[in-house]
Amino acid sequence: MNLLQGIKMAWKSISTNKMRSFLTMLGIIIGVAAVIALVAVGQGTTAKVTEQVASLGTNLLTVNITGRGAATALTFEEAQAYADIPGVQGVSPIINGRISAKYGNVVKSVPLEGITPDYELVRGFHVQSGRFITGLDIDYRQRVALIGTTTAQNLKLDDPVGQTIRINGQSYTIVGLLMPKGNSLGGSNDDKILIPITSAERLLRVKGIRSIYIQAETPEMVAPVKEALEADLQGKFKGSTTAYTVFDQQEMLSTMSSIANTMALALGGIAGISLLVGGIGIMNIMLVSVSERTREIGIRKAIGAKKRDILLQFLIESMVLGGLGGLVGIMIGVGGASLAGRLTDMSVSISWSVAVFAFVFSLGIGVFFGMFPANKAAKLRPIEALRTD
Amino acid sequence: MTASRNLLTIKGLKRWYKMGDEIVRALNDVSFSVDYGEFVAIIGPSGSGKSTLMNMIGCLDVPDEGSYVLDGLEVGRLSDNRLAQIRNEKIGFIFQGFNLLPKLTAIENVELPLIYRGIPHKQRRTLAQEALTKVGLKERMHHRPSELSGGQQQRVAIARALAGNPPILLADEPTGALDTATGKEILQLMRNLNEQGHTIILITHDMEIAKQAKRVIRIQDGKIVEDRGNPV
Repeated sequence: MNLLQGIKMAWKSISTNKMRSFLTMLGIIIGVAAVIALVAVGQGTTAKVTEQVASLGTNLLTVNITGRGAATALTFEEAQAYADIPGVQGVSPIINGRISAKYGNVVKSVPLEGITPDYELVRGFHVQSGRFITGLDIDYRQRVALIGTTTAQNLKLDDPVGQTIRINGQSYTIVGLLMPKGNSLGGSNDDKILIPITSAERLLRVKGIRSIYIQAETPEMVAPVKEALEADLQGKFKGSTTAYTVFDQQEMLSTMSSIANTMALALGGIAGISLLVGGIGIMNIMLVSVSERTREIGIRKAIGAKKRDILLQFLIESMVLGGLGGLVGIMIGVGGASLAGRLTDMSVSISWSVAVFAFVFSLGIGVFFGMFPANKAAKLRPIEALRTD
Repeated sequence: MTASRNLLTIKGLKRWYKMGDEIVRALNDVSFSVDYGEFVAIIGPSGSGKSTLMNMIGCLDVPDEGSYVLDGLEVGRLSDNRLAQIRNEKIGFIFQGFNLLPKLTAIENVELPLIYRGIPHKQRRTLAQEALTKVGLKERMHHRPSELSGGQQQRVAIARALAGNPPILLADEPTGALDTATGKEILQLMRNLNEQGHTIILITHDMEIAKQAKRVIRIQDGKIVEDRGNPV
């Protein structure tokens, strides 16, 4: 008996029991569809995030200070001094906070950043109207502000430049409206207020700088600049390596990919479990099928089927069940993922290598879980098998 | 008629079963031989051991003692796979309950032993068609067993037994599930096949049916009690 003949036989048996075959395959179908869809969404998200990280510029470095003992931050001057490190193009120290902004009767809670003029270069934020924050604003602690487009909308500012808003009760004049940038990892880029860093120190009542963005001149300069920064910080914090972190985009990307890997592993686990359950379903039905078809097995053996022929027949049957379930699962998974991609703003990237893997895996599940029932069938003795009804 | 040539020889065949503490001797020292072209009926009441003997002749079971030479081959100590192969090539089974596969059409049922013999598709079709023509079912080839009468189903089963052209047709109560008239037709068909040269061994409990055979072996309590020719 050859393979093609076996597949024909299996198909006959499956197609005469359509409802049962479908229910048997359901476990595999759901498992495979879930894997395909989840991986598509996961990979889509990872690709989008990676793209966003890369769009920040590959020569960006981030310094975060967590502090050690009494030394919890750098002074503004210390931060600005990093501009003298060879290879540094721009230094943008930042103070973060959340404030309430008021215009007219509207009060909103808005993220605020205290910045320097280098922010424009380093972070790539530009104004669409008005002007950016200047060195003079810093020196004289001017109460001027830049505003994001979303924030402007939220505060019902139609023509923000030149208007005065109240930030935590203090009056600030809006000197520029930022260009929209869309969303990134940290949420909206357009819902924020930027003020001079020196003004922010007072407004938020913080002393010192805890985060600095530093732009290297070229991607090649990232490593030496990082080394210099680390050497300096190590001196400042007396050798404590936990008091600060220096991140470059490369590290960011590898962090992203390790998150993606963890996600893939988790998805793989879910897939494995659901496929396992599906496989047990197949085994269950195949066992029922073997005992139902004992007489058939007896007849086949009596007229000359060898152990191997019977084994193969049932093995192929469970393999076809698994494979078919895999195919239907792939179709549903791909369909579901692309539908989700179209209907929501989720990014979806369908991976055909995962689809092929899922198909092969479900075939394998069919073979593995078919082994026990098929072996049971093959071992039946023809006289006894013929005697049953 | 084929020249008298030995087809199977059984010598001192013994088979026993353990039923609890008791040993049941289903076959106790049975010896006989059958030549090519014979039409032998093995007759005995239920419990006489005739079914066990049929299983032995059909290579579905192996003896505990004694020898069984089929077509020059000692069957006694062969592996399950070899036995399957011998069943496939040497024996055409005809069962009381027809034992057709209900999901397959008549021709697919007839093809089944040829599939296991590894005969390619086209040749298989031709052989199966020839066999079905021989039993007079050329017109109903593509019907399923459920669409055929009892007699027609048994004809399909006979065609299946014939298809591989085995040296022995082994029939176990072939008319048991049929009414008298249809049973007679089936027996007539078997006699015709015997006249065409097929060796037939018929197992039955019915003397009337056994009378159709040319030779009758009577078995009782696991032993042959009579072995005689039948005046036709």
